[in-house]
Amino acid sequence: MRFKVNDEPVELPEGSSIDDLAKANNLPEKGVAIAVNNEMVPLSQWKGKVIAEGDDIIIIRAVCGG
Amino acid sequence: MDDVFSIVSFYFRKMNDKLIIAGKEFSSRLFLGTGKFSSNSVMEQAITASGTEMVTLAMKRVSLGNAEDDMLAHVAKPHIQLLPNTSGVRNAEEAVFAAKMAREAFGTNWLKLEIHPDPRYLLPDPVETLKATEILVKEGFVVLPYCQADPVLCKRLAEAGAATVMPLAAPIGSNRGLVTLDFLKAIIEESSVPVVVDAGIGAPSHAAQAMEIGASAVLVNTAISVAADPVAMAEAFKEATAAGRKAYLAGLGAQSSDFSAVASSPLTSFLN
Repeated sequence: MRFKVNDEPVELPEGSSIDDLAKANNLPEKGVAIAVNNEMVPLSQWKGKVIAEGDDIIIIRAVCGG
Repeated sequence: MDDVFSIVSFYFRKMNDKLIIAGKEFSSRLFLGTGKFSSNSVMEQAITASGTEMVTLAMKRVSLGNAEDDMLAHVAKPHIQLLPNTSGVRNAEEAVFAAKMAREAFGTNWLKLEIHPDPRYLLPDPVETLKATEILVKEGFVVLPYCQADPVLCKRLAEAGAATVMPLAAPIGSNRGLVTLDFLKAIIEESSVPVVVDAGIGAPSHAAQAMEIGASAVLVNTAISVAADPVAMAEAFKEATAAGRKAYLAGLGAQSSDFSAVASSPLTSFLN
């Protein structure tokens, strides 16, 4: 199954969840937020949110800034 | 007796001089931005030296596969209110999305709303900022909007439920001081919410001046982070902000309308 993360193509097995994506990329649970097709997915729903072919995923993290 | 009363009253006000934003008390009136420090360690030391209780942060898209340092560990302390910003958004719609991402990533509903689509001056878009404030307040965010030093706009933002207004002194990172001084005075005079002077403060004297005219707080980043010794500069800003506040509470003397002197010593009855 192919989808995009921050505009880059990514491939994971069919049925993978946001939690699988986060674990595969060693994302921390704090300081990170994930949106699927412009809808923020809270951490509590990462496991239940299955990624679909062609989904547009945005992952952001905390950085320094004014 | 009047003198005694006024001294007691001054110290009482000084001791109880807390800044309150959205029901939360702050002892420090210096807010710190975390951009452009040479390292997270220097940033952490500067935060400590500044005595700040409010620190701004930003968000960035992650690059998968690249290990990145966790800056939050250097900032998140029990006494510090995190204030994520929406830097990088171009309109209200993007700001609302960024706000929801920030609430999730930082675990706070406090938000520095900044919408500045123009990369040259980074001046905030007043129309989109007001629109986003109205939406975000309804969604339960504590909104601190970065805005033009425009008294009318600041009033509209406060009416929309902004927790503070944060008018600019000069363009972001310019270190030019209170270029908008007269407008800031008008905003402070009329504001029903705390006024935080943000952007352009380049020296401790600028921070002191903002506090002397009655600002509730100042937000400083570049002037500290790019100083030769950011930790010492953070301490200098801490003292200047406190001094400016003390001077405001003490009541500044009137300024002469022209260059002529007003004697501070007796001019007669000494040698003749």
